Amino acid sequence: MQTATPVPHDVSYLDYQGKYKGIFAWIFSTDHKRIALLYLYSMMTMFTVGVLLGLAMKLELIAPGRTIMGPQTYNSLFTVHGVIMIFMIVIPGLPAVFGNFMLPIMIGAKDVAFPRINLMSWYFYVAGAFLVLASVLFGNGTPDTGWTFYAPYSFKTGTNLLPAIFGAFILGFSSILTGLNFIVTIHRMRAPGMTWFKMPLFPWSLYGTAWIQLLATPVVGITLVLVALERIFGIGVFDPALGGDPVLYQHLFWIYSHPAVYVMILPAMGAISEIIPTFSQKHIFGYKAIIASTLAIAFVGYFVWGHHMFTSGMSGTAQYTFSVLTFLVAIPSAIKVFNWISTMHKASINPDIPFLWAISFIFVFMIGGFSGLVLGALATNVYVHDTAFVVAHFHFIVFGGVGFSFFGAIHYWFPKMFGRMYDKVWAKVGWAFFFVGFLTLYSPMFYLGMMGMPRRYYDYLPEFHAANILSSLGSWVMTFGLLIIVINLFRSAKNGAIAPMNPWNGKTLEWTVPSPPPVENYEEIPVYGEKDGPYEY
Amino acid sequence: MEKEKHHIVPYKVYFFILLALITLTFMSIGITQINLGGYSVLGALIFSTIKSVLVLTWFMHLKFDQPFLRFMVGFVALVFLAVIFITFLDYYFR
Repeated sequence: MQTATPVPHDVSYLDYQGKYKGIFAWIFSTDHKRIALLYLYSMMTMFTVGVLLGLAMKLELIAPGRTIMGPQTYNSLFTVHGVIMIFMIVIPGLPAVFGNFMLPIMIGAKDVAFPRINLMSWYFYVAGAFLVLASVLFGNGTPDTGWTFYAPYSFKTGTNLLPAIFGAFILGFSSILTGLNFIVTIHRMRAPGMTWFKMPLFPWSLYGTAWIQLLATPVVGITLVLVALERIFGIGVFDPALGGDPVLYQHLFWIYSHPAVYVMILPAMGAISEIIPTFSQKHIFGYKAIIASTLAIAFVGYFVWGHHMFTSGMSGTAQYTFSVLTFLVAIPSAIKVFNWISTMHKASINPDIPFLWAISFIFVFMIGGFSGLVLGALATNVYVHDTAFVVAHFHFIVFGGVGFSFFGAIHYWFPKMFGRMYDKVWAKVGWAFFFVGFLTLYSPMFYLGMMGMPRRYYDYLPEFHAANILSSLGSWVMTFGLLIIVINLFRSAKNGAIAPMNPWNGKTLEWTVPSPPPVENYEEIPVYGEKDGPYEY
Repeated sequence: MEKEKHHIVPYKVYFFILLALITLTFMSIGITQINLGGYSVLGALIFSTIKSVLVLTWFMHLKFDQPFLRFMVGFVALVFLAVIFITFLDYYFR
């Protein structure tokens, strides 16, 4: 019988040398913190590819007509940009990186419930990413259907679609396994005395997210299998020529992909719910209301998928139903915003860099939310559907929501993760360029959409030129800000000043372990007392 | 952990459930030969629901699990039912 080697408690997870050496000590590690960093570095690699594709698209749109690419290349670019950004960045984003790293520590556990399955999730992630990249580099040309793989394009296109959908299928497994792991971890491994309503809000948001990952992801998995069968065998599920229904594809796709928006945004909201009380030095306002709104968003979010399909030929009854249900989601989302604002009210605020990201998150998320009302209402949706307006709304919610929260979270937890502080001046400069660039890039698209510029075209009418120039300039400013942020964090991870255990005076459990944490987080599992709570200031 | 009881289901029960599943599979194929219009989907769904319940109850041991787990599975089934219902607000009224 094998006996486990005791893990020294005074060695950080970064320095610990186990059975394997070098890179193998990372890719075979089942430590949740190392797996989180594996995700972080993989995602940064894919994010770089996604950003470069986005920049190329904006460069093409800097002038009407062909600028640097033709229509086929443009179609391929927005497809691969979407697949990478959605399936490899924003869906796994916060849960895979900060969820993996922080969840066990925040609930007082030594690891997640299934560490090996956790590592397997990352292997699936890498395998899926390779397959998607393979679809770009090999075969009959890069997929050109859009990230939604809509029927009938997806079985009519002659491009290399199968590896891309198989890649998305495998990425789905990664997501399901992460969700399963988090649900079991939260149910079974909370510290003694940490009742459900003593659990911090970030783990709560991961809990809501995990259920969506677990229940909705299989739907898209099966749907993508059906597309593959349609392409290979012509089974006639979606092909109207064979008696199939392409609108059914849209139903099945969005039954997953709309809840996926909440997979992206709920952990983002959870991270913001950690940052705001810490930098306001106050107990979060409406703790239980935030939890209830998290669960309500996760639940109602299942039933609103049809608002992506208002112009697809659905029945009127379904359209009205989806429109009403969509408006319902706005209520719990607004509850969160009210609670964050109320937490800041009369607080002694420390406007440090994570807080700047948090309040800019609220700003861009509100713009995204309000523009969502235009799309949720049937009458106005028909007017702006498939225009640049949708692209603007989508990026304000998804990139504004997840991106700003992700950067807020990394600036918040960076001292804990790497045991180093970053240069705060450069961090603020990076944030300022990013924020201004983001608004300059995406705001003109609202105007362009209202004026009738369709999305997914490499060309446009001359009257849209000025706003497109502004938008393209914004992409450069935002990327410049991004470069500053990434370089600053990379440099600081190695050479930054040594971080104290609790640089922000946070009250949750992760601030009670050393920076960076030891391998098994706690020498002794903490015990929550009667009066202990996550935000007791 | 000690509180959990172990249940051994007789082979006979498994065999009868297997027979029921095979029969229901043939019935769900058979119903496609009868023109029931929009109701053929409903028929197929009823057959597959019965099959799911059998698998969950016996093969996945839900019958012997804690009430909390049964509640969780029941809740998921309700969500699924709601998704099907809303989808058919499109199909039946299109």
